[in-house]
Amino acid sequence: MALIDIKPHEIRKRMIDDIRRALQKPIQDRRWVMVIDQEKCVGCTACTTSCVAENHLPPGVVYRPVVEEEHGNYPNVRKSFLPRPCMQCDDPPCVKVCPAHATWKRMDGIIEINYKRCIGCRYCISACPYSARTFDMGYFYTDNTPEIMQYEREPNFEYGKAWPRKDRESSPVGNARKCTYCIHKVEKGMLPACVSTCIGDATYFGDANDPKSLIAELLASPRARKLREEEGTEPATTYLV
Amino acid sequence: MKRFIKSIVWLLAVIGFGVGIYGMYLRFTTGHRLADYGSYIPWGLWVAFYIYFIGLSAGSFLLSTLVYVARIERLEKIGKLALFTAFGCLVAALLSIWMDLGHMFRVGNVLLHMNLNSMMSWMGILYSSYFAIILVELWFALRVDLIETAQTGNSGSAAFAKFLSFGSTDTSKEAKARDHARLRVLGTIGVPLAIAFHGGVGALFGVVQARPHWNSGLMPIAFLIGALASGGALLTAVVYIWGPDKNKQQLNEIMKFLGKIVLALILFDFLLEIAEFLVGLYSLAPAERLPLEAILHGPYWYVFWIVHFLIGVVVPVIILFARAVPKGQPDKYVGGSIAFACLLVAVTFIAVRFNIVIPAQINPEIPGLEYAFGGPGLKFTYLPSIMEWLVAAWVTCFGVLLFLVGEKILPIVKDDNREVA
Repeated sequence: MALIDIKPHEIRKRMIDDIRRALQKPIQDRRWVMVIDQEKCVGCTACTTSCVAENHLPPGVVYRPVVEEEHGNYPNVRKSFLPRPCMQCDDPPCVKVCPAHATWKRMDGIIEINYKRCIGCRYCISACPYSARTFDMGYFYTDNTPEIMQYEREPNFEYGKAWPRKDRESSPVGNARKCTYCIHKVEKGMLPACVSTCIGDATYFGDANDPKSLIAELLASPRARKLREEEGTEPATTYLV
Repeated sequence: MKRFIKSIVWLLAVIGFGVGIYGMYLRFTTGHRLADYGSYIPWGLWVAFYIYFIGLSAGSFLLSTLVYVARIERLEKIGKLALFTAFGCLVAALLSIWMDLGHMFRVGNVLLHMNLNSMMSWMGILYSSYFAIILVELWFALRVDLIETAQTGNSGSAAFAKFLSFGSTDTSKEAKARDHARLRVLGTIGVPLAIAFHGGVGALFGVVQARPHWNSGLMPIAFLIGALASGGALLTAVVYIWGPDKNKQQLNEIMKFLGKIVLALILFDFLLEIAEFLVGLYSLAPAERLPLEAILHGPYWYVFWIVHFLIGVVVPVIILFARAVPKGQPDKYVGGSIAFACLLVAVTFIAVRFNIVIPAQINPEIPGLEYAFGGPGLKFTYLPSIMEWLVAAWVTCFGVLLFLVGEKILPIVKDDNREVA
């Protein structure tokens, strides 16, 4: 896949440098983009798991499932894998339908949800053509055991705020939830959890507005595709197919 | 007979209300965890009940404008009944959608942080206005009757009527004429409002590009016609049982008139449905086809074929053609049979609403998504849980009881217009 002349062990360092350089700029000059190389994805779902761990996702909430696709007939069978984070669309249908302005597009391109304002009507979930939003119904993994474990109540840090899972009613329970590109980590100069755990370096992240960034080079690839482009949502998440 | 039907309705409403309390208890103690909807099918039974009731309300209200705006004289005595039916259904609809929210007590954010790009925000604006209009209109329609009841009725209802008349005492001819003029203005504002909010509910679904089964310009129109058909049918049944029946001849005329309107509306609604189905089934795209195929021969085929098509269209249409259309002297069963046919339409219309809301969501937006990650709510099948049914029953019975109690204590239909007081 010698698409770009970079050694595997340099990829992460370069992406982190790209992020730190982007953070020097004002927020409106950043444009966070994720690129997923489907040729390199082996379908291990380490990204899904690390995302669940990073964001303390409860049962039924998932930000980055990996969809498996089978091609061909036996004996000529191949599999491909489609990790599906939030597309962070430029023209997001979820934002348009939200009745309470509880979700919006930030200046750096991330679609944010205000958990305190969301009324839980799930219109955004209906409107997302990628099923990228899930509804937090208030489950714990240790439901039906003698005790709900403390680690399940520990806060996650989505959008840079602490969100402890106090009970089954308070936010983020009852809200629509979605992938944030781990913006709380990114703003501290770190890679999103899915990117840092990807065993095959199939997921890239960076500032598309920076021509020197790795992500900007990848976006110029002739293999670059967006998911369901016909929807007109202009996703930021890009696939190399 | 009517007394017997009224007792049955009371009995059913009280039982449903009582049993439904358990569902409400579960809803408030376990939140959404006992519901079968989730993330991939985010909208379930309560959304279907919401659009069902809001349709009944809009339909009933629009028919009331035949009295207050179009001044169709033979319907004059049922104007208040139509308004009050619309009010009961509106309350049930709002309760139903309120139960569906993840954060019920933040519902005010729809008005506080309004997003004019969102059809749901518009619902907030339009429902508030509609609620206000319907209350004010009811008050003006009832004002003189309230004052009269306050003077003549028995002590309890007289005191209540006196309170509700808010100190108004003027029952002169001029005052009545003024009321009529005001009702006409309110009704005239109400017509575009009712069209906007119910067409708007249709648009709420119609604008969702991600669900091709909803995403159609026909949606708002189909919602409106469905509202008129179901709301008109409900009103017709209500008029027969609770309406003015002292003058048998007049009641039969009203019933035949309403029966004909309902018949035309059911047929028109069915025509729209056929158009939607034929065009959709022609499509090769799974997102268009799958929902329709699920409706016609999926696991819940009977919801469409038996509940909607047979009981909700074929049987009522036959009855209405036989009873409401023929001219000449009606026999004594004509009112009852038209009411029965209309009751069938009104009750089974929930099947239509259900088939709008649910099947559109069963097609995975990304094929294979349901196998990618497991957990509660991450599936593309849906069957309402007992808790959902109980809550829906409670909401329904709340609306029915509101109507029954209101009809008892308010001068909606005056006793001297009734055969059995």
